Amino acid sequence: MALRFSGALLRHTAFGGILAAAAMLAPVHAQAEEVVNIYTTREPGLAKPLFDSFSEKTGIKVNSVFVKDGLPERVKAEGASSPADVLMTVDVGNLLDLVDQGVVQPVNSETLAKAIPANLRGANGEWFALSARARAAYVSKDRVKDLTAITYEDFADPKWKGEVCIRSGKHPYNVALIAAYIVHHGEAKAEEWLKGVKANLARKAAGGDRDVARDILGDLCDLGLANTYYVGLMRSGKGGPEQEKWAEAINVVLPTFDNGGTHVNISGAAVAKNAPNKDNAVKLLEYLVSPEAQEIYAKANFEYPVVPGAPVDPIVASFGTLKVDDVDLVKLAAARKTAADLADKVGFDN
Amino acid sequence: MTTLPLQAQARKGIDARRVLRWGSAAIVLLVLLPLLALVWTAARGSGDLWPHLIANVLPVALKDTVLLVLGVGVIAGCVGTGTAWLIATCRFPGRSAFEWLLLLPLAIPTYIQAFVYVDAVHPLGPIPTAIRTLFGMKSPRDLWLPEVRSLGGCIVLLGFVLYPYVYLSARAAFLVQTASAIDAARTLGLGAWETFLRIALPLARPAIAVGVTLALMETINDVGASEFLGVQTLTLSIYSTWLNRSSLPGAAQIALFMLLLMLGLVALERWGRRRLTVANVGGRARPPVRRTLSAGQGALAFLSCLVPVTLGFLLPAGHLLHSAWRRFMFHGLPETVLIEAMNTALFAAVGTGIALACGLLLAVASRSGALSSVALRLSSLGYAVPGTVLAVGLLVPLAAFDNAVSDMSKQVFGFSTGLLISGSGAALIIAYVIRFLAIPVGGLEAGYGRIGTSMDMAARSLGQTPGGVIRRIHLPLLRPALGAAALLVFVDCMKELPATLMLRPLNFETLASHVYGEAARGTYEDGALAALLIVLVGLAPVILLARLSRPQAD
Repeated sequence: MALRFSGALLRHTAFGGILAAAAMLAPVHAQAEEVVNIYTTREPGLAKPLFDSFSEKTGIKVNSVFVKDGLPERVKAEGASSPADVLMTVDVGNLLDLVDQGVVQPVNSETLAKAIPANLRGANGEWFALSARARAAYVSKDRVKDLTAITYEDFADPKWKGEVCIRSGKHPYNVALIAAYIVHHGEAKAEEWLKGVKANLARKAAGGDRDVARDILGDLCDLGLANTYYVGLMRSGKGGPEQEKWAEAINVVLPTFDNGGTHVNISGAAVAKNAPNKDNAVKLLEYLVSPEAQEIYAKANFEYPVVPGAPVDPIVASFGTLKVDDVDLVKLAAARKTAADLADKVGFDN
Repeated sequence: MTTLPLQAQARKGIDARRVLRWGSAAIVLLVLLPLLALVWTAARGSGDLWPHLIANVLPVALKDTVLLVLGVGVIAGCVGTGTAWLIATCRFPGRSAFEWLLLLPLAIPTYIQAFVYVDAVHPLGPIPTAIRTLFGMKSPRDLWLPEVRSLGGCIVLLGFVLYPYVYLSARAAFLVQTASAIDAARTLGLGAWETFLRIALPLARPAIAVGVTLALMETINDVGASEFLGVQTLTLSIYSTWLNRSSLPGAAQIALFMLLLMLGLVALERWGRRRLTVANVGGRARPPVRRTLSAGQGALAFLSCLVPVTLGFLLPAGHLLHSAWRRFMFHGLPETVLIEAMNTALFAAVGTGIALACGLLLAVASRSGALSSVALRLSSLGYAVPGTVLAVGLLVPLAAFDNAVSDMSKQVFGFSTGLLISGSGAALIIAYVIRFLAIPVGGLEAGYGRIGTSMDMAARSLGQTPGGVIRRIHLPLLRPALGAAALLVFVDCMKELPATLMLRPLNFETLASHVYGEAARGTYEDGALAALLIVLVGLAPVILLARLSRPQAD
């Protein structure tokens, strides 16, 4: 009898669990309204204003889930039944990974081809960059007064010993930067450089990009490398009064490579191979390069729009003119593995 | 009333046995499913990965992991056992409050602990700022601060948030199992220290080992805290192999290598006490007589309990409360946070219910011989695998199942059923159950260990059916073990992050995934409120656990 009891308990709880799960699921499947489903590695807080505005404009409901790691694995496993329409990522390497893993389909859209420069999208429409961000130098206002120009190469200069703050060398933002360095100068020089930067670190390569500004204010270091849009988020007061103080402690300088421009990474999207709502997916992508959406990228997220001529936010404009590095993004993505190996090899995070 | 009813009963018994055998085998298979997927992935080969790993990654990763495990093991083991001993056997000011206060760090996820301390001990954080103001220092550089973003920092932070696993099981051992031995030792003139070292500690060793093992599994599988603090663990190298080198097979190989290390660790501990058989001392279990400490000793005991409670709970919770309050004043309540709290509680509750039912079935099957002890061990493997790895392993078979069902439905009924399991919350529940099944299995196994088989025989000879024995004898005696397992699983499900991030359906957030979403873009303060809610929702079961695990006074 007790066995029956435990069996019944099992059945009931299991059943209850599935019911509860089904109840959660209901909003996704129940209605026949127009939807577009998005899997994104982009933090939900950043993407939400864009999705809200798209829904308002088109009446298409946006369902989304923020999947940090394992986006391609998930879509691949889900196969033909995958509900995903649009896959969004925040790093060119991660975006091209989706193409390599065969989970995207080409999109033939004149709107997209016209809006996005050819070097910022796949040749057959497999992927599209939607916004860009530069890897910038945050420099202490008080302690490094007259630094107005710097190169990425300079960060390995021993004169900055114990003064450099940066996040993990294995974070996609830094891996992409190292990869760009490899494309410019070759693997051996990149390793030298990375060793030099490592020797200059004021603290462990850890934490996030905003921590660089905070650590400069806290006098842990004098300069560091971090993305541009964080400065906008901090300076605009969107991160609260504390972060305004962090951002006030720094000047932003756009570094360049000796033989190139400023390293830029992208956020982008692709249409999933088995997208059940492909039309809506394309509509969403086309919306994201519209002047309105590009302005949201610029104003709400402080990114650089990818559409030529679209205005940047005044805070971002104050960093000076962006001279985008001419490294081919596909080449950069291909050097990513070597870059990650180098970070391991020099023990950048140790 | 002669032979017929008996035969009927016998047949029912056989059916029950079959249910047990197949049911428990099915559960063990379910646990093994993601691991088999992992083996299959690893077998696809990883090219030139290993020379690189051996040259550049593994030396540091092994060193950091070993030091981290040793450090956390020592802190959690000493703090957990020491405070458990004080609480169980001594009388000092604040004892009854500390009895449950000492459990509270269970409600603080490790990743939140790391965020809080980096924030609080930052030169601009509240504590250093207060110290600088106090001493009139001008520049932040004038004040030396311990570097939290380091191996040492990680060891201390994790040690003081994970010691309750040891405290919980050690205290139970001191209170119940070893009480009469402790009293006897004292009667025979042994001092407090000698009683502890020579009698109580060896007797409680299996319980302490269980607690330390749980704490260390949490340590090894932690990603959030070690990544944020820049500690290069093996788990982290699994991540970077997978993500930066796009080599899932390579990551699977490291995960399997790590799993072997862990199994080795557990086997070593078991081997170490192979000759140690703890007989259940007969008689009624009752707490040992508590010794009243002198004023000086009492103060010391008070401090020994206050420090872990402060570092593991009061400080992080206080800091969260402060940040959450400031955030609330600045931004108000995030609109979705209450739904997220409900999702979190609901999924944790359902996961707990199923994990408990499965655990009970396995324990009963093992006791009745329907499940081998090896298979019982296998059912606990999910706890030894990092959450994301488990999730990736689970995705493949679940989605394959979903697609097969969908294809069949298309052929028969003409419509697709979509992703029944992997596209709904069910996948998440399954992941929780697999991940945390070790807790009820271990707890119930230990609980059953305390119920002699003579009790079963007595009950049977008095006319109870096997089912009746379980219902009337076992379940009442197992209630504390069941309760403790339930609450631990609930709190663990609530804090679970990596599998949740990977497997949750569209438009579904838990408090943990919300906190992570904010932390991932560096807006920790936006997550403060959700983080505080995790702690608050976790607090109720933890306090309940404290009440439940206290043996009834007679």
